[in-house]
Amino acid sequence: MNLLIGVPKETFAGEKRVATVPEVVVKLVKLGFAVAVESSAGEAAHFSDDDYRAAGAEVLPNATDLWARADIVFKVRPPTLEEVGLMREGATLIGFVWPAQNPELMERLAAKRATVLAIDALPRQLSRAQKMDALTSMAGISGYRAVIEAANAFGRFFNGQVTAAGKIPPAKVFIAGAGVAGLAAIGTAANLGAIVRANDTRAEVADQVVSLGGEFVKVDYEEEGSGGGGYAKVMSEGFQQAQRAMYAQQAKDADIIITTALIPGKPAPKLITAEMVTSMKPGSVIVDMAAEQGGNCELTVPGEAVVRHGVTIIGYTDLVSRLAKQSSTLYSNNLLRLTEELCKTKDGVINVNMEDDALRGLTVIKDGTVTWPAPPLKLAAPPPKPAAPPVAAPKGHGHGAGAPMSVKSLATVFGVGALLFLLVGLYAPASFLSHFTVFVLACFVGYMVVWNVTPSLHTPLMSVTNAISSIIAIGALVQVAPPLADSVTDRPDGLILFLAFFALALTAVNMFGGFAVTRRMLAMFRK
Amino acid sequence: MTSSMATVSYIGATILFILSLGGLAHPETARRGNLFGMIGMALAVIATVFGPQVSAGGLPWIIIALLIGAGVGLYAAKKVQMTQMPELVALMHSLVGLAACLVGFASYIDTSTVFPTAAEKTIHEVEIYIGIFIGAVTFSGSLIAFGKLSGKIGGKPLLLPARHILNLVGLVLVILLGNWFLNTHSTGVGMTLLLLMTVIALAFGVHMVMAIGGADMPVVVSMLNSYSGWAAAATGFMLSNDLLIVVGALVGSSGAILSYIMCRAMNRNFLSVIAGGFGTGGGAPSAAAGGAEPAGEVSPISAVETAELLRDARNVVIVPGYGMAVAQAQHVVCEIVKILRDKGVTVRFAIHPVAGRMPGHMNVLLAEAKVPYDIVLEMDEINEDFPDTDVAIVIGANDIVNPAAQEDPASPIAGMPVLEVWKAKTSIVMKRSMASGYAGVDNPLFYKENNRMLFGDARKMLDEVLGALNA
Repeated sequence: MNLLIGVPKETFAGEKRVATVPEVVVKLVKLGFAVAVESSAGEAAHFSDDDYRAAGAEVLPNATDLWARADIVFKVRPPTLEEVGLMREGATLIGFVWPAQNPELMERLAAKRATVLAIDALPRQLSRAQKMDALTSMAGISGYRAVIEAANAFGRFFNGQVTAAGKIPPAKVFIAGAGVAGLAAIGTAANLGAIVRANDTRAEVADQVVSLGGEFVKVDYEEEGSGGGGYAKVMSEGFQQAQRAMYAQQAKDADIIITTALIPGKPAPKLITAEMVTSMKPGSVIVDMAAEQGGNCELTVPGEAVVRHGVTIIGYTDLVSRLAKQSSTLYSNNLLRLTEELCKTKDGVINVNMEDDALRGLTVIKDGTVTWPAPPLKLAAPPPKPAAPPVAAPKGHGHGAGAPMSVKSLATVFGVGALLFLLVGLYAPASFLSHFTVFVLACFVGYMVVWNVTPSLHTPLMSVTNAISSIIAIGALVQVAPPLADSVTDRPDGLILFLAFFALALTAVNMFGGFAVTRRMLAMFRK
Repeated sequence: MTSSMATVSYIGATILFILSLGGLAHPETARRGNLFGMIGMALAVIATVFGPQVSAGGLPWIIIALLIGAGVGLYAAKKVQMTQMPELVALMHSLVGLAACLVGFASYIDTSTVFPTAAEKTIHEVEIYIGIFIGAVTFSGSLIAFGKLSGKIGGKPLLLPARHILNLVGLVLVILLGNWFLNTHSTGVGMTLLLLMTVIALAFGVHMVMAIGGADMPVVVSMLNSYSGWAAAATGFMLSNDLLIVVGALVGSSGAILSYIMCRAMNRNFLSVIAGGFGTGGGAPSAAAGGAEPAGEVSPISAVETAELLRDARNVVIVPGYGMAVAQAQHVVCEIVKILRDKGVTVRFAIHPVAGRMPGHMNVLLAEAKVPYDIVLEMDEINEDFPDTDVAIVIGANDIVNPAAQEDPASPIAGMPVLEVWKAKTSIVMKRSMASGYAGVDNPLFYKENNRMLFGDARKMLDEVLGALNA
């Protein structure tokens, strides 16, 4: 008994996405499902009915048929009440539902004894859930698109250039809110060559900002803004004041501001006041990604691009839809991953396992019973500030004995060495050999020790070895006035004394000078 | 002090010297390492002076000699400027070489040494001969190196027409003289032969270093460092003193490793360096015309524009070279770095192993200017970061940033590892003029589209950049 997955055309005005793309249809069929698509469902995202047919889906002419037949419905936007009316009794719905904002819809769905999996209710902190995280994939797309929209409205290059025609400074982009959308915007803008600054009330995202090529701007006020589940919370008055001052400062400097600040279940915080807009340079651009929730900028008109005080303020609410093909593909992949979780047996039957943390969170209605909100996960969210252990890279000094010597050259070295030792062994007397042993061993000790010297200290190494080589003074010392046996009479004492005295003075220059100058040099090395 | 006490003290000194070198593995332990070295040296000298081999009568002479030497040495160490470190080190090497010669001669004329067998006498004479030879080469070579480094002698390599044959003849002559020296029983003849050999050795040292160009000086300096160690080791054999042997071997291998590192950094053959005279078979200067002629226009840039670029950059890498040392610009560079870092710009230094005139030269200069050593990186650590770098500034360096080493197999420096500054978004080269570097190779970097030239004295230009940054 294979279940039928139905994909209706999205009815929301301006919505161009489709819940399943042909590529994913193939994979759903492999999982054992039958797939039906409403005619022209994918048209706005440039997927034709023929594409769906080729992928193995049935194309149904109208929505009524589809809703009536489908066991499982894949949607993007929450269904309208009319659509719920068309729905089969006991069917399953997967898509964005926003249960908190749509109580009436929830009631109707429950009345239909439906099972509803709200992709927006996914427990995002589960790492296993990331592959199904449509909020993230959609936010990433909108962040990208926000930068593209800004670039479109902005009259200059993003990247600084030095051309024959003169020097062009890079655009300065300020991004408020470094969530998924904000981070995507940072990455995109940085890749276009702009100077990107970003702020977020959650201090732990600073590293992520920097990793994408942005610069994190701190608010000069101590407060941690992590509200759990990866969202931000409302901040205190003192913090907000400091934040406003920082935004005012950034507004004056930035060419482009992209705001992404959202607090779940609350209207978007008004970060950019009319006054700040006035202070911006003419030709600047603001992209308000929170327009749907009222906007982060006071002058935003949701759904429109307006020019106020010479600043273009873009309040499009359909940024994701403007990249319909990309967003449909990612969204349907998220749904595919979810379906795989539901259908582990790959036989075209789903099992909504309420023991599974991810599925439990997603399921807002189970067989007509409202199960939303899900109990909080026992699994602790990652601590806000994981103390990143400093990674002590066990790296040598770059040269070290890197690649081992080739067998051939090793053999040559050994051969030559053996020959030399053979010669020494044949001709040298015993007293010489004991010195020779010391000599060879000392060479090896020197070799081992000196490879460890860091290259930045090569000059001090030379001056210290230079100082040490004045050990030759010992040679001079023993010649100055050795206790002589009485039998020795023909020793030219005066000449030897002269030579030794001179040698001793020379080495003393080295000895004292060498150590002193090394000391002087080393005293300068500091962190 | 008994003979055993002296020996034990020598062992202690040996350990201290090894610890001293070991301490240099890290800047934090380096100062302690230097201290170990001083203690070791003091221990060795005291143990010898009060040991069985020195009678009380010599004490005044020893003290006077030490005082004179100490006075001169400490004065020099105090007065020397950090940019002159290579000269000082070279000069000090020459002292060791000369001392080794003197000790060798003194040992030869010392008739008090008694040899139980003829073989031991021969060995002793071989040791003297070799010791004086190495000492003399070190002495004259270091003096020439000193002259070249301090600018008293021109930096260009002096290449005699048949220099390899000359070297070979010299070597053969030295061996023949040595054979004669061993077989003669007359001290007078032996002395003459020794002196003759010394003259050849001195000439050999001069010739060897004269043939080496200015950019190759780091190899020469570390090589002479090595030679001075071997000279000490040879003296140790001559006097049957293990302490001298050990320390000489330590210093010798240290210098050898440094030369090896330098050679590798310049893609040159270690053996051809030891033999002296770079440029064997299509080496640098002779094949300068072999490389492809880079064509195109160079784009100059002003100091003010440089400052603007720096201000807008996020990631800056500075590549210092000998030019920075010559212009004494390290302090200005440090000021600029400080300002940029305060603005949140990531600034790092990239040090090529052979930048400057001796190993680690740039590090010392930057340390003198109080640049924190953790932003001073080696070539291997930073090379892959250039694509993410907004501005790379090359201050008075040329060959170590020459892309021809990688791009043009016909180039004389092909295969030499170089800092890939051209991969940065913009590179700025500070240079006096368009003259080529010491290797005599034109640098295609200057003609790259993303490269700008800031012509003028490095110090003056950097001062202007600093002024523009402060404005």
